[in-house]
Amino acid sequence: MGTLRQSVGGSGRGDNFREGGGGGERYRPGRYEPAGYYERLRRYRLAVAVLLLSVIMIFVALTSAYIVRAGMGTYDTVTHSYVYDWKPVQLPNELLLLNTLVLVLSSGTLEMARRNLNARAVTAGLTGLPGVAVEPERSAPWLGITLVLGMAFLAGQFLAWRELRSQGMFLATNPSSSFFYVLTGAHAAHLIGGLVALFYAAFATVFGKSLATRRIVVDAAGWYWHFMGALWIYIFALLHFGK
Amino acid sequence: MGNVQNTPHRADVGVVDSSVQHAAHAHAAPTGFIRKYIFSLDHKVIGLQYYFLALASVFTGLILSVLMRIHLVWPEWAIPGIGIIKDEQYLGLLTLHGTFMVFFVLTTAPQSGFGNYFLPIQIGAADMAFPVLNMLSFWTTFAAFIVMLGAFFTVMPIAGWTSYPTLSALPNAGSLPWGQDLWLLSIALFCAASLMGALNFITTTLDLRCKGMSLWRMPLTCWTWFVTAILGLLAFGVLLSGGLLLLLDRNAGTSFFVPGGLVVNGVQQRHEGGSPLLWQHLFWFFGHPEVYIAILPGMGVASQLLSTFSRKPIFGYRAMVFAVMAIGLLGFMVWGHHMFMSGMSPYTAFAFSLMTMAIGVPSAIKTFNWLGTMWRGKIRFYTPMLFAIGFVSLFVSGGLSGPFLAQPTLDIPLHDTFFVVAHFHLIMGVAAIFGIFAATYYWFPKMFGRMMSESLGRLHFWFTFVGTYAIFMPMHYEGMAGRPRRYGSMVVAGGLFNRLAALMPLEKFISIAAFVTAAAQLIFVINLFWSMKKGEKAPVNPWEATTLEWTIPSPPPHDNFAGNTPVVNHGPYEYSVPGVERDYVMQTDPASVHAH
Repeated sequence: MGTLRQSVGGSGRGDNFREGGGGGERYRPGRYEPAGYYERLRRYRLAVAVLLLSVIMIFVALTSAYIVRAGMGTYDTVTHSYVYDWKPVQLPNELLLLNTLVLVLSSGTLEMARRNLNARAVTAGLTGLPGVAVEPERSAPWLGITLVLGMAFLAGQFLAWRELRSQGMFLATNPSSSFFYVLTGAHAAHLIGGLVALFYAAFATVFGKSLATRRIVVDAAGWYWHFMGALWIYIFALLHFGK
Repeated sequence: MGNVQNTPHRADVGVVDSSVQHAAHAHAAPTGFIRKYIFSLDHKVIGLQYYFLALASVFTGLILSVLMRIHLVWPEWAIPGIGIIKDEQYLGLLTLHGTFMVFFVLTTAPQSGFGNYFLPIQIGAADMAFPVLNMLSFWTTFAAFIVMLGAFFTVMPIAGWTSYPTLSALPNAGSLPWGQDLWLLSIALFCAASLMGALNFITTTLDLRCKGMSLWRMPLTCWTWFVTAILGLLAFGVLLSGGLLLLLDRNAGTSFFVPGGLVVNGVQQRHEGGSPLLWQHLFWFFGHPEVYIAILPGMGVASQLLSTFSRKPIFGYRAMVFAVMAIGLLGFMVWGHHMFMSGMSPYTAFAFSLMTMAIGVPSAIKTFNWLGTMWRGKIRFYTPMLFAIGFVSLFVSGGLSGPFLAQPTLDIPLHDTFFVVAHFHLIMGVAAIFGIFAATYYWFPKMFGRMMSESLGRLHFWFTFVGTYAIFMPMHYEGMAGRPRRYGSMVVAGGLFNRLAALMPLEKFISIAAFVTAAAQLIFVINLFWSMKKGEKAPVNPWEATTLEWTIPSPPPHDNFAGNTPVVNHGPYEYSVPGVERDYVMQTDPASVHAH
């Protein structure tokens, strides 16, 4: 995440950039935001959207391989017939449902962090008004809770793998179990990337990055994190219904 | 162009709009050697790093091909340091030749090299959107290159650049286990690097264009880099997935691509239930767009140069853009034409065949427009223009054999013969290389501040152009005669292909042509490095071109526009505009330069 620090960093270098710039949307002067805030936000959102597109393609490839393999017979040269040998894995459904719940919850707590930062940005300019207090800083604890929930999800996935192993279902046992480990493993690897982003967001809060930068980091990491949740639900559904 | 001229201009001032703060270049000019030339964040340095990486790869690949040609014709020759090349080494040579050329040359130089250097400048930005990511993507590519070299120097993989299982999936089926693992690791790294690069290119194009640089005023080079980045973004993830599964098959005992009941070297394999065809689907879903990743930037460069050196606007700018998009879109729907031999349903084959031939339409639009651009132009035959015309020539020659191979009935006899080798070398290999050469001769003055030698350039062009045709045209004939690909020796005692011994004189001719053409590339290398030091000093705009890179000094300063973001008032190809004194209108010229 050095990139964020490099080109967004707090010294105002990124501010005012490309006001009224070519091609895209005109600069929208925010009432509460420093100049250039929306440009930076848009650039990072765009980058996350593009990144997610490539992640989607990775899972599209794995999904198509899964569906093709699940429906495919192998030709038996002895009997001269197709043998359909797909033996679906018995999913530890309760545990996976619990994990899903944890991940959905973490999306909620991340949203709380984002809202807290927004509220702080809005109220920061209103301190002069009677009866208006600056929103207290609560984003760091919410981000902390999100991190804990994310790690709890990973631990839950690990337990699910252990449960399968105890049934004798290893990576190489049969095609169905191979796909289970590959799909959940690839998701977990991407989720760890999300955890790193969230860690950076929490880190930025604790170490006093500008409010605008923190909002952008949390926003961009948030899109990624919510997508990880949606991706997991999709994978779970695929494994559950696509067998 | 009418639409471009009718666009309401936002400012009727000159080059500079100093009111726009120029803060994208978040990093100051570095002074230390390491930050300046090694771990640089500057897109220009990174572009050159990619370029020289591709140069190292292209000569590696070239030497491998020379060794292959020696083995095919004079198998008894002992190569110093290698000895007599064995047939399995020949397989290793062709695998690494294909891999180096496709990934580290054709994907690296036109897109990552020139794209990195010139996309930000041509759209009026100070750098790419994410400089650190840019640096990271180069060094990941470099790591991939080193790992691939590792495969080269330890145990060469022998499964071809397509790495079909089961040969690639069974460690004990090939010669030795390591090479293929290193190959897969290298490709996985390369995929990750390409995804990072694609992310950067797309964000930069959409978000960093300067004032007045609407999408429809972008040079066609920028359009092709943009569309290529989208193709890379959607294609490399699929290869990454496939590579991961293949790596697991090799090392974790899974059976994604290995069917049951295989016996290798008398040993029953414990794999069961996989499908080698699954790999082919995943690979070619990446592999066909990859062909366009290699060629599209060359198309952009050809368009740019044909317009500039014909002193005419590009014929049908919008048609060119839509043709590039159509080629990109169709490129994702045709992967099955690589698999007509795999026993696919004739109905499926028909659909793939139809989609493939549909690509002929946008390709023909492009060719027609290139010819239309040159038609009755005041053509200036400088070296870059020669290579651009050479690109069109090769694109047509290689393209014409495409519709042959697109038809299952013709593809089944021609599949895996030299006809296919000839086809893809002309259209994807050498045409894209000509695009790289054209771009090098064209942009060298901007990149290094000096001109390249014209006479050496012309010599290089004619040797390469004639040599290329001498190498690859006869291969069509060989293929139709039944000469198969990937055979180290055709004629062996009691062999299947002994009737092909009659082709030997032709094989020798091809080999000699290849040696001459390969040697002629030294002219290019000498020209390149000699001109860097001793070439004539280049002015700001030696070719009298219109795009933004020709408004800034050669070589450009660290932040490109020295803090003065340009303002664009014109389209990229306004040459010989009636009523204008000069025969070209810079993109940054005041809008009042000509009436619209």
